[in-house]
Amino acid sequence: MSSTRRTIQTDYLARVEGEGAMTVRLVDGHVEDVELRIFEPPRFFEAMLRGRSFREAPDITARICGICPVAYQTSAVNAMEDVCGVEVPEPIRMLRRLLYCGEWIESHALHVYMLHAPDFLGYDGAVQMAREHPREVERGLALKKTGNELMALVGGREIHPINVRVGGFYRAPTRAELRTLVDPLERARTAALETVRWTSSFEFPEREVDCELVALSEPQAYAIEDGTIVSDRALDIGPAEYDEQFTEEHVARSNALHSRRTDGTTYLCGPLARYTLGADRLSQTARDAAHDAGLGDDCRDAFRSIIVRSVELVYACDEALRLIGAYEEPERAAVEVEPQAGTGYGVSEAPRGLLYHRYRLDADGTIRDAKIVPPTSQNQLAIEDDLRGVVSSYADLPDDELRDLCEQTIRNYDPCISCATHFLTFEVERR
Amino acid sequence: MTVVVIGVGNRLRGDDAAGPAVAERVRARAPHSVDVRICEQEPSRLLDALAGADVAFIVDAVSTGAAPGTLHRFDASAEAVPSRELRSSTHALGVGESLELARALGRLPGKTVVFGIEGSDFLAGGRLSRAVEEGVERAAASVLEEVELCTSEP
Repeated sequence: MSSTRRTIQTDYLARVEGEGAMTVRLVDGHVEDVELRIFEPPRFFEAMLRGRSFREAPDITARICGICPVAYQTSAVNAMEDVCGVEVPEPIRMLRRLLYCGEWIESHALHVYMLHAPDFLGYDGAVQMAREHPREVERGLALKKTGNELMALVGGREIHPINVRVGGFYRAPTRAELRTLVDPLERARTAALETVRWTSSFEFPEREVDCELVALSEPQAYAIEDGTIVSDRALDIGPAEYDEQFTEEHVARSNALHSRRTDGTTYLCGPLARYTLGADRLSQTARDAAHDAGLGDDCRDAFRSIIVRSVELVYACDEALRLIGAYEEPERAAVEVEPQAGTGYGVSEAPRGLLYHRYRLDADGTIRDAKIVPPTSQNQLAIEDDLRGVVSSYADLPDDELRDLCEQTIRNYDPCISCATHFLTFEVERR
Repeated sequence: MTVVVIGVGNRLRGDDAAGPAVAERVRARAPHSVDVRICEQEPSRLLDALAGADVAFIVDAVSTGAAPGTLHRFDASAEAVPSRELRSSTHALGVGESLELARALGRLPGKTVVFGIEGSDFLAGGRLSRAVEEGVERAAASVLEEVELCTSEP
């Protein structure tokens, strides 16, 4: 019996960060294979770090991504302070959290408004959407700008902040400087609440991810700048145990490494995991917004991740305001950190999920070995699994509709392929 | 008349540094009244840089298949910017998309010109290639000439 094969192809997948390609192969309506390939040459950041001083890691790794440099800096300083046995004082840690809130606001506003919402409203992109929804797009841009301003003030500049160092900051902002952000952040919180109402009015296909959800956890707060690694399947470990529980493998088709649990299973990190594992530690305003938007105690629906990101926008504004209200200028902007030989581990919650760093240092602080696992590498298998499920469920759709749905499925995860290494071509083959 | 010149690109990625390199040359030679900015990565920030400008010159590296260093000129006030050619930086919103977004929101300056310098090598850590370096010189001269024209107008 001859089998039927169809091939659908687009040049690149729009509205994801970076460059890669996706191929879906269908034989007689059944999914044979789903591949996410990443083209950009490996970025050699880990190799570049070898031989450099431990103090350079936050500035070098910030260059891995223009969208989430604070995440790279934070995981790097956490790891270096871990090797050197230093714990930074609470005010410095809170200042890191404040800087990180700016990155969440900027990154989530960009994804929700410019990259993801057009899918739900039936537009090719933000430009087409802006013609008919200028008010909403202006709201998204205003939110993003407030995130930029927060990053510029605490981080020294908007992208690739230059004020972050091992042990703290080069300069701590004054209370008066931070107070200038109160009005913009209050307006941003109102805009974020409107964002939750807006995104929760979209129509969503019913689809749940069934893999393990992994996120950072803190006892009292929604984890952002540090935490222990937990999952909905009873995982509860410190960053030092990451390599025992998670493994990376190189897949021939891709320049990015694929992560899985050491037992071979797939897991997912990012907004869905954070919300499902930590919704009870959101601020009251964010919890109320989530409740009014119809989110329960957990959310495993990748399409509804746009609502979860909106709720996290509310939280990031709320938390930034709280941190500014409680801010006391630290006596010193940083603690001295003397290098020690050893291995250190650092984690934080990048907007797209868990970001793991591990470094081995010489006694003089020279980096001998570096390992960086970005959230997109960790989520790649889960994205492929979800895509496989979507294609199976909707195999009867015409090629162009199926392709649109697959592209949307990928965007649900806000993949940052430039972090994982960079552009996406999309191909469906039916046999 | 408010004139802004914006160089877009990542200075650490080979020929992608063309935009910032032109901006630096223009800054050194243009009248002080001209606002010269560098926009590294994530071009949606362009929208903020355009705010309040009557005339905007935007310079970015492009990848169209032409010879490296070739200078392209697009009059964005007259027609849509070709977004594929201007997404060499691969960030979430390209320069073309950001300018079209500005147009859709009524935020595009009355005169907006985009200079594209054909790049060839965008590898991390690389330097400007020689052909592109020459393109940068020509682009800076063209921008200065056009700036001169619009600032000398009454």
